[in-house]
Amino acid sequence: MNLFHYADVFFSNNANWSGADGIPTRLTEHVQYSLMALAIAAVIALPLGLVTGHTGRGGNALALVATAGRALPSFGLLVLLTVLMGLGLTPVMIPLVALAVPPILVTTYEAVRSVDRALVDAARGMGMEPLRVLFQVELPVALPLILSGVRSAAVQIVSTATIAAYVSFGGLGRYIVDGLYQVDYNKVVGGAVLVAGLALVTLGLFWVAGRVFVSAGVRRQQR
Amino acid sequence: MCSGQENGGPLIFCVLEGLCTALILIDAVTKRYPDGTTAVDRLTLEIPDGSITVLVGPSGCGKTTTLRMINRMIDPTEGRITLDGADIREQPVNALRRSMGYVIQHAGLFPHRTIAENIATVPRLLGWDRRQARARALELMDRVGLDKALAKRYPYQLSGGQQQRVGVARALAADPPVMLMDEPFSAVDPIVRKGLQEELIRIQEELGKTIVFVTHDIDEAIKIGDMVAVLREGGKLAQYAPPAELLSSPADGFVEDFLGLDRGIRRLSFFTAAGLELNTVPMIAVDSTAEQMAARTIPQTPYLLVTDTEGRPLGWAVAKERIAGSDALIAFGHSFTAGRDSLRAALDSAVLSPTGWAVAVDENGRAVGVAAQEAIAAAIRTAHLEQSAGSDAIPGASDNPDDAAVDA
Repeated sequence: MNLFHYADVFFSNNANWSGADGIPTRLTEHVQYSLMALAIAAVIALPLGLVTGHTGRGGNALALVATAGRALPSFGLLVLLTVLMGLGLTPVMIPLVALAVPPILVTTYEAVRSVDRALVDAARGMGMEPLRVLFQVELPVALPLILSGVRSAAVQIVSTATIAAYVSFGGLGRYIVDGLYQVDYNKVVGGAVLVAGLALVTLGLFWVAGRVFVSAGVRRQQR
Repeated sequence: MCSGQENGGPLIFCVLEGLCTALILIDAVTKRYPDGTTAVDRLTLEIPDGSITVLVGPSGCGKTTTLRMINRMIDPTEGRITLDGADIREQPVNALRRSMGYVIQHAGLFPHRTIAENIATVPRLLGWDRRQARARALELMDRVGLDKALAKRYPYQLSGGQQQRVGVARALAADPPVMLMDEPFSAVDPIVRKGLQEELIRIQEELGKTIVFVTHDIDEAIKIGDMVAVLREGGKLAQYAPPAELLSSPADGFVEDFLGLDRGIRRLSFFTAAGLELNTVPMIAVDSTAEQMAARTIPQTPYLLVTDTEGRPLGWAVAKERIAGSDALIAFGHSFTAGRDSLRAALDSAVLSPTGWAVAVDENGRAVGVAAQEAIAAAIRTAHLEQSAGSDAIPGASDNPDDAAVDA
């Protein structure tokens, strides 16, 4: 008996490939939770990071928020919120968003801050308005770093979204939670492999995003 | 194009003619920071249109601050700056900046944009369509001496000198009447810098822009400036004069110090060697006979200049030894081009030559004569005499820089 054996049994069982508890369903659920959490985190953290980075103000406050956010235990927060708010998607989303905001916020701030001041000076001197400076100069130049922040947030969300299963939601965590409960190690290992695989796919997607959205001029410069 | 430097009342003349494109007047401008430091102290400067005005001085003299006040990157504490008679605060700040080309030290190119896109920045800001802006970018690459094949490259693929050319092209893109240049060439190596300086002078002559150029390098200031403003620490104007006048009559000890010990030599750059008398006798072709050599030997020097059969100089030979059959040649250092180069080049050629004689060549590199140090010294004295006799004609000469401003 080894890990490959457990995984093999799990994946070769046709029953695991269809129905409400099938791999496609659980995978879709997992991706949905992850995307939702990432979207909310990005909507909060990206504008804040861009603006604070552009103006250079609020860096200390950001560092505080980030440290606090990183110190929050996701699982503990989930249990606490579920006790307080009852079962629901909100108590699931809050810990995931809290997990994802710090890396996005801090790297975005740092990325915009670290754009060569001479570029900003040239842009202003040529008559670009502040918003143009931000979106046409600072953002494109800072994009590789910003993407790396969003990427680490996304990977953390994908692996942490398994906790949704503890409060009776779906997702790939279902296999792990149920498998442990039923002492069905095929399921536990199968679920874990799927989570790990999804995390790798996420990394791959960000690599592609980097190729597509980051200018070749910036990409090559950073190597 | 009207050049305000060549007559007594430039400003009034220009306004009447309505030809001036951009005359900048810095009027009693002071910049003081909240911590009490004064970057610029009651500076008054009339920057003539269609010429290169250089602000030069040691670090902390406020030259960059002054430049940045012209496009309102910094606002003055007191005083005002006018462009063609209108206060620069009258128009929206970004409209003002788009009407002034801006070049900075490391070019400040946008790394995420191609060369053509970088150059097209201001035209795009002004609402030109993409195709028009791109055509303009390509035209400018040509103008600043860049291969159009570089249009689709990114800045990191270019050398420092090429990047600086792109910086100049980008500043020229929307054809602004004014160009502001903040130490644009100080980060490139001396040979590339020399090329860029010559290119800038050529572009200015072709386009007649009003260029304000900041540098800490007095040689650069003298080389490219039509007018040079020397600033001292604390943002005070030490002297404002054309380079030749700066070298001949520095206003005070500070300016003299700043110009350095060899200002007399450097001043020779402004005197042409055209009047220098060349001696055509002590020159022989490499295949000359002993009789020919003997006939060409003169009492003033024991040497003969040996040229190849085309007339290009090869080196000096001691006449007696050469006649006796020796092939030994003494290197002649470098030659100067008769009619084009300055007395400085001629003198340098004579000083470098072990024989003490300078070699003059024509445009094709053929020797046209030689000149002894004594002859060059005589030419220098003559040039100085002519200069002081005709000092009224020195372009833009004004002992007191405030005079011009009062006229305005």
